[in-house]
Amino acid sequence: MPLRLLKYALSKNYPGTRFFKAHETPKKSYDVVIIGGGGHGLAAAYYLAKEHGITNVAVLEKGYIGGGNTGRNTTIVRSNYLTPEGVKFYDASVKIYEDLSEELDLNLFYSTRGHFTLAHTESAMRTMRWRAEVNKHVGVESYVVGPEEISKACPQLDMSCSGQAPILGALYHAPGSVARHDGVAWGYARGADRLGVEIFQNTEVLGIDVQGGKVAGVKTSKGYIATTKVLSAVAGFTPRICEMVGMDTPIVIHPLQACVTEPMKPWLDTILVSGSLHVYVSQSSRGELVMGSSLDPYEVHSTRSTLDFVEGLTSHMLDMFPFLSNIKVVRQWAGMADMTPDFAPIMGKTPIEGFYLDAGWGTWGFKATPISGKTMAETIARDHAPDLIHSFRLSRFEDYELTGEKGAASVGH
Amino acid sequence: MSARLARQKGEWVNRASTIKFSFEGKEFSGFEGDSITSALWASGEQVLGRSFKYHRPRGILSLANHDINVMVTDGMDTNIRGDVVPVAAGMALAAVNTDGGVKKDRSRLIDSISPLLPVGFYYKAFHTPKKMFPFWENIIRKAAGLGVVNFNYPRILKRKLHAHCDVLVIGGGATGLSAAYEAGKSGLRVVLVDENAQLGGSLGFDWGGSQESANLLQELLAKLESLPNVSLIAGAYAAGYYPDHLIPVVTREGITKVRAGSVIMASGAFEQPPVFRNNDIPGVMLGSAAQRLLHRYSVKPFSNGVVFTANDYGYRVAQDLLEAGIKLAAVVDLRSDAKDGPLAAQLARRGVKTIAGSCIYEVQANADKTGVKSVTVTEYDEKTNEALTRDKVTLECDGVAMCAGWAPAANLLYQAGTAMRYDYGVHQFVPNRLPAGIFAAGRVNGVYELAQKVQDGARAAAQALLHIGLDVPELPSVQPSTRAQSHAYPIVPHPKGKNFVDFDEDIQVKDFINAAKEGFDNIELMKRFTTVGMGPSQGKHSNMNAIRILARVRGVPVEQIGTTTSRPFFHPTPIGHLGGRGFHPHRLTPLHDVNHKLGAVFTDVGAWKRAAYYKVAGLGVADTVLAEVEAVRTKAGIIDSSSFGKIEVHGPDAALFLERFFTGNYISQAVGSSRYTMLLDESGVVVDDGLAHRLAEDLFYLSSGTSNAAAVYREMQRWQQIWQLDIGLVNVTGAYAAINVAGPLARQVLSGLVNISLDDSALPAQSIRETEIAGVPVRLIRVAFVSDSTYELHIPTPQAAFVWERVMGAGQALGLKPFGTDAQRLLRLEMGHAMPGIDTDGLTNPYEINAQHAIGMDKPDFIGKRSLQIIAKRPVKKTLVAFALEAGYAGEMPFECNLVIRQGEIEGRVTSIAYSGTIGRVIGFAYVAPEHSALGSRFQIRADSGALVNATVVSSQFLAMQK
Repeated sequence: MPLRLLKYALSKNYPGTRFFKAHETPKKSYDVVIIGGGGHGLAAAYYLAKEHGITNVAVLEKGYIGGGNTGRNTTIVRSNYLTPEGVKFYDASVKIYEDLSEELDLNLFYSTRGHFTLAHTESAMRTMRWRAEVNKHVGVESYVVGPEEISKACPQLDMSCSGQAPILGALYHAPGSVARHDGVAWGYARGADRLGVEIFQNTEVLGIDVQGGKVAGVKTSKGYIATTKVLSAVAGFTPRICEMVGMDTPIVIHPLQACVTEPMKPWLDTILVSGSLHVYVSQSSRGELVMGSSLDPYEVHSTRSTLDFVEGLTSHMLDMFPFLSNIKVVRQWAGMADMTPDFAPIMGKTPIEGFYLDAGWGTWGFKATPISGKTMAETIARDHAPDLIHSFRLSRFEDYELTGEKGAASVGH
Repeated sequence: MSARLARQKGEWVNRASTIKFSFEGKEFSGFEGDSITSALWASGEQVLGRSFKYHRPRGILSLANHDINVMVTDGMDTNIRGDVVPVAAGMALAAVNTDGGVKKDRSRLIDSISPLLPVGFYYKAFHTPKKMFPFWENIIRKAAGLGVVNFNYPRILKRKLHAHCDVLVIGGGATGLSAAYEAGKSGLRVVLVDENAQLGGSLGFDWGGSQESANLLQELLAKLESLPNVSLIAGAYAAGYYPDHLIPVVTREGITKVRAGSVIMASGAFEQPPVFRNNDIPGVMLGSAAQRLLHRYSVKPFSNGVVFTANDYGYRVAQDLLEAGIKLAAVVDLRSDAKDGPLAAQLARRGVKTIAGSCIYEVQANADKTGVKSVTVTEYDEKTNEALTRDKVTLECDGVAMCAGWAPAANLLYQAGTAMRYDYGVHQFVPNRLPAGIFAAGRVNGVYELAQKVQDGARAAAQALLHIGLDVPELPSVQPSTRAQSHAYPIVPHPKGKNFVDFDEDIQVKDFINAAKEGFDNIELMKRFTTVGMGPSQGKHSNMNAIRILARVRGVPVEQIGTTTSRPFFHPTPIGHLGGRGFHPHRLTPLHDVNHKLGAVFTDVGAWKRAAYYKVAGLGVADTVLAEVEAVRTKAGIIDSSSFGKIEVHGPDAALFLERFFTGNYISQAVGSSRYTMLLDESGVVVDDGLAHRLAEDLFYLSSGTSNAAAVYREMQRWQQIWQLDIGLVNVTGAYAAINVAGPLARQVLSGLVNISLDDSALPAQSIRETEIAGVPVRLIRVAFVSDSTYELHIPTPQAAFVWERVMGAGQALGLKPFGTDAQRLLRLEMGHAMPGIDTDGLTNPYEINAQHAIGMDKPDFIGKRSLQIIAKRPVKKTLVAFALEAGYAGEMPFECNLVIRQGEIEGRVTSIAYSGTIGRVIGFAYVAPEHSALGSRFQIRADSGALVNATVVSSQFLAMQK
């Protein structure tokens, strides 16, 4: 056993200390207020403090930290995107993730498993090759593989998918990983807290005070906070926050659902995605199959579950793995995905001075947690967005300069 | 050593049928009706499984489908729940997740190093140095998980049914049966479901030493038998609540999706274990588990036990145990006021002492740790929640029945959006505000006394009827329970721990306290950090105690802690049940059989099966396709295009609708002519293209490619809802088959079949005529998609095969050959047609594919016009060009989506590429920078190997390159 666990066995008093202080009442003012205590907001707070020395920061969370999409996603980290801008951005995130457990001194169970995006049609094969070519060009290890290589990595997979959708090949992405999503939020929270950031749970933002086109403060359920810089990092609540400053975004909210089985001994070592069958699946370190599917086809601001989601998903899971008939689904849940027209995020400055946006994370936010935190921190600290996120600026929608990532969404939308 | 009692009234086992099975290699027998657990327990087996984390021996906890530590495998199936799954003849069972068998599990050593595994230990270590993580991860992954999956387990196709009823009652105990009866008297359709193999709920086992419950059950069932409109379904659990009263009911046969007018939740309550050291040793079980063993299976839970209680229910359990001839060393009651009550007096008369104001401080295991040897009892201070250890009493015993209270089985109530409140009278959460049409009754509603439960069921039934719109004279009144049914804090601290709160996950009291110390002092964070309630029983026996502990740690009332979110499923539900039979709709063209006979190899295009090519003996695929192309170029070919989208737009505003929907002009279009259609989205991106054929002033017939047809039709319907024009839209894709006859001899093939002239003057390109072939009405369209001379026949579906045969007959002598989609793609490429979806992507605008000619910017409006006005002012970023590789190129063949590279940077990509036999060159389309799009410009394609392949921009009139 690792020696660092010894202290827990030998100490008379439990040696663990609070990950983050239990702040109750915010101060009158902060240099920066971050709305949203999910992975993105907490990471931004951490990097503001660590890399820019800005520690007079409040993170306001309506519920509990990591309780939104950070705690609801299926924890896949990858960078096999379609546009060079996207690939570079997500690759930077993967690189941070690889060392993040050590940096935050918290085991995030960052597990590099390899990621197969299965292609069942010629047109899917075309998209896989496109992504592979762009990935390779940017230096990311992705390539098109044939059925034999897929079978070798996952011998349990029915390559004909019950005769319904024979697998022609796949985009293999070596760095594809899974991680403990909660840990990411907690690790950043602890890191930020230690550097002086104050985290407020159960603190709802009720309004944003904008005066003369500039942010002046935030109205919260715990009183008014004066500040000149506000970051909105609230995923599915983005339209509501933007409404507070009278700003439109092209974001629409669709539910995204997932479910998990009972634990079983490890057998699935890779991460598998099938666009045609609308399935993505990996096995958690606890032994559960963590499964997701495409977005719900309608706009709803709700995290309620539907039966047809799990019916469709399990039916397709059986096409891939017929032997799972009597394995049981324990739990299903939903998150609110903030979808953009081009399937790329919206990051950076806005027309309102001091109001920064980290949004449009749709179904791809978890994997970007570190890099979004880092780049948003820089944007706030310097009031200027770094080149890495230039393609994700809000104004691209007015400029008709979209960053088309629809083809890289893991499953159809 | 048999623990089986003599036959008794109401038992579930059929003693006439003995069942032989094995467990961990040893032979056992039980009776039909036994669960795996009850059969083993009857045979004296007590160690039935090992716990998830510490591998401690475990036996019975609930016997109510929450005994996660007793999961077994029969070699094929895994994670079989022993407490509820019936034992079957020949089963060869073993516990899951052991290393060397349940008795000698080598992983049991983990229990002794448990101090090294603090709460959330896997967050605290193993990640540094980084390179060691995969090593540790491998060990942790292997240690985690429960059963082993058998990859040969067959796919099971389970049926699904839909059902409707006026009132759905969930739970078949006293409350539910009463509710079903009262609702059923109205004559409405009532369905009652209960997860147990037999109805009755606690009436069937909670007897309290009398026959009252058993008699009431018989009485209720007899009354219900007279109501044919009431269906009572046992062995069926309500798996979740979904909006508008949709409730999937799971049985062994499959899922029935019940849509109910109203729902009565009479789901009862889960008994909660008190928490004390070694409360998990086999032989320590819930009082209700002991009663289930006694009355369902006629099995003694133990011989000489202790009842540890904190409510009056414990005394009912004690009476049942005494009735069964079991000795009781004592009843230990947490409540100090229990000492002189009538219940204690009753027991005293039977020689059982009550030790009030006390707790079981710890259990001592027997020598081999397989069962209980004794318990230590101390005083318990209800104010400080401390055990006062100065005076200890040790009681010899071989089992403990635990009765500390209940948690409502409110899972579906939560899912439906019920607001709950903590009731200090009964010390449990009860519904505060129920959603419309949902009613709760009985224990889940905090009502415990038998007569009151019956009343509460009747009350809920009356409310359900009112909700449906029936007149109800008066709501039955219900007396709330006056005695606390649950203890406010049935948790006994112990310095050595192993006082378990969550048995699925081996979580002890100190884990919660320590999690709170680390800042996880919010119930949701605590759940995630400790994993309480995250095991397969989903917190049914653990969440309430976790809430009580957290409330105490934080020094706040329980209601301020709140509860975690309840999500489907109530019980874990098999993937096979949920997946059902699997539904893979695909569409066959009316000519499918004809194609099949001709040797077609089919490919999926959207939902359709289309002929990719027609197999020729002795010829490879590539050559087959080239031969099909050659036939079209030199003689004539015929293709089944029935999957093409076909939509009729009719009405006075038909032309106006098209004018707005597509980019072109249709108001001026002449009847009998065809025009190109291009559809954009609102951001100006090319979505689809096709043809509009005008059959009359007020009738357009639209045809378009296969893949987008359904989406385009949906989009038309959406816009029509917005525009509200005077038109009708009819999707006639399935009503018409389509056949294309293409090639230099195509006209000759058809001329003898139709009675109209096919001359260029009579039927120029881009025109449509309605005519007949052998009496079959046909829409004949002159198009130029795969060849300059192509005729498309649209035929009513029933006559498709007949017309195909006629055409084939007419073409036989002329060399007419069928061709498939592979040849079609090459033919269209040779014709220089770019295809939306292949040669465009999700961001392509018309200017990038040189489609300015198709855009009517002078029109008042069309979808995407506003965006195009903006885009038109900006420089074009990429341009689609036709290209050819050099003549005689024999190097690595590039693929579609290989990149165009210039000076090491991405300039564009190949969208189409193929070797054209007609031209003798590799041709294709690619995106390049506009400044490199002029004819004759050169660019390089990076093939898969990384090799750069030279290409030249050529005219899209590829056929002009023909030698």
